[in-house]
Amino acid sequence: MAVKTLTIDGKAISAREEQTILQAARENGITIPTLCQLNGTSNIGACRLCLVEVAGVPKLLPACVTLVGEGMQVSTDSEKIHEYRKMIVELLFAERNHVCAACVENGHCELQDLAISVGMDHSRYDYMNPKCAVDITHKRYGIDHNRCVLCGRCVRVCDEIEGAHTWDFQGRGANTRTISDMFVPWGQAVSCTSCGKCVQACPTGAIFRRGSTVAEMQKDRTRLDFIVTAREKKQWIA
Amino acid sequence: MDRVRLATIWLGGCSGCHMSFLDLDEFLIDLADIVDVVYGPVVDPKEYPDNVDICLIEGAVCSDEHIHHVKNIRAKTKVVVAFGDCAVTGNVPAMRNPLGKIAPILQEIYCERPETHGQMPGEKGLMPVLLDTVVPVHQVIKVDAFLPGCPPPASRIKEFVQLALSGAELKLQGSGLKPG
Repeated sequence: MAVKTLTIDGKAISAREEQTILQAARENGITIPTLCQLNGTSNIGACRLCLVEVAGVPKLLPACVTLVGEGMQVSTDSEKIHEYRKMIVELLFAERNHVCAACVENGHCELQDLAISVGMDHSRYDYMNPKCAVDITHKRYGIDHNRCVLCGRCVRVCDEIEGAHTWDFQGRGANTRTISDMFVPWGQAVSCTSCGKCVQACPTGAIFRRGSTVAEMQKDRTRLDFIVTAREKKQWIA
Repeated sequence: MDRVRLATIWLGGCSGCHMSFLDLDEFLIDLADIVDVVYGPVVDPKEYPDNVDICLIEGAVCSDEHIHHVKNIRAKTKVVVAFGDCAVTGNVPAMRNPLGKIAPILQEIYCERPETHGQMPGEKGLMPVLLDTVVPVHQVIKVDAFLPGCPPPASRIKEFVQLALSGAELKLQGSGLKPG
């Protein structure tokens, strides 16, 4: 196991050669913001939030897919990087219809947290107001494309952890859409095991558990009947 | 010290931000000692006055009338604040934007739905003309500061007003920036 020595924000650190800048930074308590990165799945450098400066390299590099190198001088904290991060978050907000006040994820959302952490108080970019579908054909879950940031965490967790590969992308650029199976409604996607990993992986309110939005609560009275039956008949049957 | 001339206005929003302002409770009494509210739904004069120190704009820009208001405010106000998510992002009023231009939307709502009277409300020129695209305030005029939240909690408004009165930079930090 070869070891590389490098500096991140002036701090001398050593890392294993197969480690990324992001991994090395985290091991040393240096925080680099991320969005598309999800522990346990492959890194794809899609969101660009983890961009860092490396001395001698004219462009910014995504820390999640850049391996450490001997003598590397990495900067994660410059004014330039802070400005780029802010621009990226503003672009994400402008690209879809992220209405926090009317979102199931309000207050628990990674995109919202990012907006706060990068100091975004408004978006300098015009909102694109795209027409986006909401698919609630699945019996347990739903996907609201208004809130999707195209991070691909659902695609990777479904493929790499669950092994189903129900999710994938269709189209290019801002017109990209997350699709299930061969672009069929989620409820008709036969490969979906309904495991719910994509629900947990999604950083925003794009993929959600049904029954958690306004007016969807349905009480299950049979739960009470179950207890009553148990008490009266001494039988634990439904 | 001269009294601070404060204005507020309610554009395309639900008035929740103004309600949250009223939630300042006893701080309003402290404010009344140093601030004159010279315009807004609370005092309701018909004309926006000259020489306003600070104006809190609630709501998104949804109509030609709103455009007229914000341009007038900009010309007569030192510090213009986007007050709440609708003013900052468009928020809920902007949720109609993906549906397309306003004319077919109005046509469907007022004329084609079976429960309606089959005619557009008001004579021509009587009602403000709705814009095809609802926009945040800073897309129409220069905005000096942003106060997000739906609504901004009273504690955040208080922090912001205190910044404004002390002459400090009008920039909220951390959780004070939380939208929604």
